[in-house]
Amino acid sequence: MKLNENRTLYIYVLIYFGFLYIPVMFLPIFSFNQGIHMAFPLQGFSTEHYEDMWNSPKLFDALWNSIYVGVVSSLMATMLAFFAAKAFTKYKFRGQALSYGAILTPFLIPEIILAIALLVIWVSVGLPLGLTPIIIGHVLFCTPFCMIILIARMEGFDNNLEEASRDLGEGVFMTFWRVSFPILLPGLIAAFLLGFIISFDEFLLAMFLQGSDQTLPIYMWGQLRFARRLPHVLALGAVIIVATSLVVMLAYWLRNVGQPQEKQDLTFKI
Amino acid sequence: MSENFIDIRNISRHFGTVKAVDDVSFSIKQGEFFSLLGPSGCGKTTLLRLLAGFESANQGEIFIDGVDVTTMPPNLRPTNMVFQNYAIFPHINVKKNIEFGMRKEKLSKQELENRVQEVLSLVKLEGYEERFSNQLSGGQRQRIALARALIKRPKVLLLDEPLGALDKKLRDEMQIELRNLQKAVGITFVFVTHDQSESISMSDRVAVMNEGQIQQISDPHDLYYNPQNIFVSDFIGTTNFLSSSTGSSNGENIMVKIDQIGEFSIKNKLNIPENDNETVVSIRPEAIVLSPSPIDKGDIVMEGTIENSSYYGELTSFYVRVQGAENPLIASSQRFDNNSFEGNKCYLSINFEDINLLKKE
Amino acid sequence: MINWWNSLYSRSDNAKAYVLLSPALILVILGMAVPLLAVFSVSFTTQASFEIDYTPTFDRYIEFMDTSSRTGNVLTTLLGRSISISFLVAFFTLITTYPVAYYVAFYVKKNKMLWLVLMTLPFWTSYLLRVFAWKLILGHKGVINASLMTVGFIDEPLGFLMYSQTAVVITLAHAWAAFALLPLYVSLEKIDYSLIEASHDLGCTKFETFWRVVWPLSLPGVIGAVLIIFIPTVGDYVTPALVGGTEGRMLSNMIQTYFGRANNFPLGAASAVIMLISVALVTIAVNVVTKRLTQRL
Repeated sequence: MKLNENRTLYIYVLIYFGFLYIPVMFLPIFSFNQGIHMAFPLQGFSTEHYEDMWNSPKLFDALWNSIYVGVVSSLMATMLAFFAAKAFTKYKFRGQALSYGAILTPFLIPEIILAIALLVIWVSVGLPLGLTPIIIGHVLFCTPFCMIILIARMEGFDNNLEEASRDLGEGVFMTFWRVSFPILLPGLIAAFLLGFIISFDEFLLAMFLQGSDQTLPIYMWGQLRFARRLPHVLALGAVIIVATSLVVMLAYWLRNVGQPQEKQDLTFKI
Repeated sequence: MSENFIDIRNISRHFGTVKAVDDVSFSIKQGEFFSLLGPSGCGKTTLLRLLAGFESANQGEIFIDGVDVTTMPPNLRPTNMVFQNYAIFPHINVKKNIEFGMRKEKLSKQELENRVQEVLSLVKLEGYEERFSNQLSGGQRQRIALARALIKRPKVLLLDEPLGALDKKLRDEMQIELRNLQKAVGITFVFVTHDQSESISMSDRVAVMNEGQIQQISDPHDLYYNPQNIFVSDFIGTTNFLSSSTGSSNGENIMVKIDQIGEFSIKNKLNIPENDNETVVSIRPEAIVLSPSPIDKGDIVMEGTIENSSYYGELTSFYVRVQGAENPLIASSQRFDNNSFEGNKCYLSINFEDINLLKKE
Repeated sequence: MINWWNSLYSRSDNAKAYVLLSPALILVILGMAVPLLAVFSVSFTTQASFEIDYTPTFDRYIEFMDTSSRTGNVLTTLLGRSISISFLVAFFTLITTYPVAYYVAFYVKKNKMLWLVLMTLPFWTSYLLRVFAWKLILGHKGVINASLMTVGFIDEPLGFLMYSQTAVVITLAHAWAAFALLPLYVSLEKIDYSLIEASHDLGCTKFETFWRVVWPLSLPGVIGAVLIIFIPTVGDYVTPALVGGTEGRMLSNMIQTYFGRANNFPLGAASAVIMLISVALVTIAVNVVTKRLTQRL
């Protein structure tokens, strides 16, 4: 039972969605604009900025760095998050709320504090800055996210299935491989993809911890200062937005694969 | 050997301060259909999970077919389980579900196929090989769970309230089918249920549990007619409890004074001591015969007034007030007599052999 | 003997859980707790040209608090501004997203999933690009100014749009929208519709029903939304740096300078510690106030 139509509210919601989406739309729009001035009226259609982007070797270096950092940190975060989610969904134990809070903290505190904390420890230990500390920061930052996604997925997991497998003669490892893993695989992939997106887009940790290797957001940040270089960042931004949206939609779809209708959910409970 | 096929010795399982299973010992015979019966929280499921290996005992030992399995992990035990929710793997089809536990048996393709077909025909689900769990009804899932366990040819099949999720008609059918199946395969069944009529109709023997302890182990007939304590008497079927006190005894018989009814000499099956005020007699409703006029059958004949009646189709329960009694007696009769309406006088007759003398707890 | 077994087994679930949790907990301890302690200790030191003088001192905190000096004046102003901007953002986001969450929770009947995807999708696209998009819109030659001038509504660009606190608040409210929408939606969705019908049945008008039934029941979501926006935005760096200008600078920008060009780790660390403490205090205060309020309801 739901309320009937409310036209005023509906119009407001449409306006709000405009507020949410229109600003992002300007990036693709301007990326096809001729010339380097990002202002209306548009100067005419052109793909010159995309060609410009294609011919930036530094951009591709940064892209590979970002993909490397994203894959490694999200893979690690998904694994840590899976074990943690298993503990939270399967057992009741002392210090449960405290552990949950502790794992969530890196995501909840202001990011700059995490960034300088890692910077200070890294510099004082005397290790060179670069992709490694960035990866550690991203694992810290992505694990809470992946964990929330996996807990939502694993709350409905029937522990009897694991027991049934044990009962039918499989040990702990084969039970994981033949039962838990295939059933939870869509959720694990979703967690991995979303973790990857977070790491891929992350700027602040990367800015503080970067050595000579740039990630893509750092590269873009560097280009923003030069008006001439800006348009190809727009083109890059447009590509990133489209690609991210596709990956996120795939992840959303995977999150609900095989879930009964009433359990489908995209919300996060923190 | 076969008498003590499963031997449970002083088993306990505690959760914090809760004694789910408290120092329980008994044995189960080979090929027996054995039920664990009790209200929810009585420890019957924990006991079953101890047999399966999902719980580890705080103390005690379990032997199956002469082997100490107390600390053996579930995958190595010669037991298989039918779970309450059936736990059919949702990501693989029926055939793969049934074959799941056969990986280590290293059978040839043909042999495996034969075994699958054998159990599928046993549970009457030939042709369902390609279905998935979500394409099966509750009853079908239950059969698949059975087939998946039976293909392993376990020494013991453990069933955790497998009929609980089915509707009444299907449940009745499955009771008969399970019983027939057990006779056909000859495997020892340990069946957990909270439904007393289910356990009585299916089992060779029943263990009634309460608060982590076994109250009585006997065949269904004895359980019903010779309950050993108030809990069993009350849990199995319906009964009338009347306070009583014992007088002198001549060994086999004992004088019992039943409140407001009288003093009689009845069999003392449980060796209740003499001159004990803390006793109770239990009389089943169907042991009380009602008639509109005084009859000379029966050891005790009383006059009463029908206060109320409930019609259940095959049976009618009458609530009869006997002069001076605290509570009305429940008497059930198969025939619905037009004269037995509320307010009418009637006569009750009871035989001594239907009176069970029990100790108050 | 039995007691010994007992305690062993009651502990076994704990043990199993902590074995599973240990990788994540070790990461949090080594990757966050220890580094935070390092920041804390650095905040009690002194920067002496290129070296750090490790003699413990409260001077950095005094430096921060001393409003008579230029540094102290700037830092306290920036801290105050960070907190006030974050509150404004949280409040602005709350009032703009509440009706949306309300609509999706109570009026949307079909394709709820699609609406949820639409609500959260912008959150996943690069934060940097979203902030940058606002620069395109609010800039002096940006979309708004250019359109208004083309129409002839204004003669010269509206200065307050860009490089201002307004720009920071609007941009952050846009960037963090999903963090308000989700907790609000979750708490509203949970409300049993029959409660609303009961309220109408008992004679409440639509507005009274909202104020006396829906709003109090959605308070957990409201508090969740406010805190989850407030806490991270206090430390936001990108938005003030891109659209804030001097007027919109926040404490994070200063911290970044101390750890970068100014090379004053101790003062930067002290600023970070003060930021963290302020955030913790505000969080506790919000929780206490809400508890009081809900008790009265």
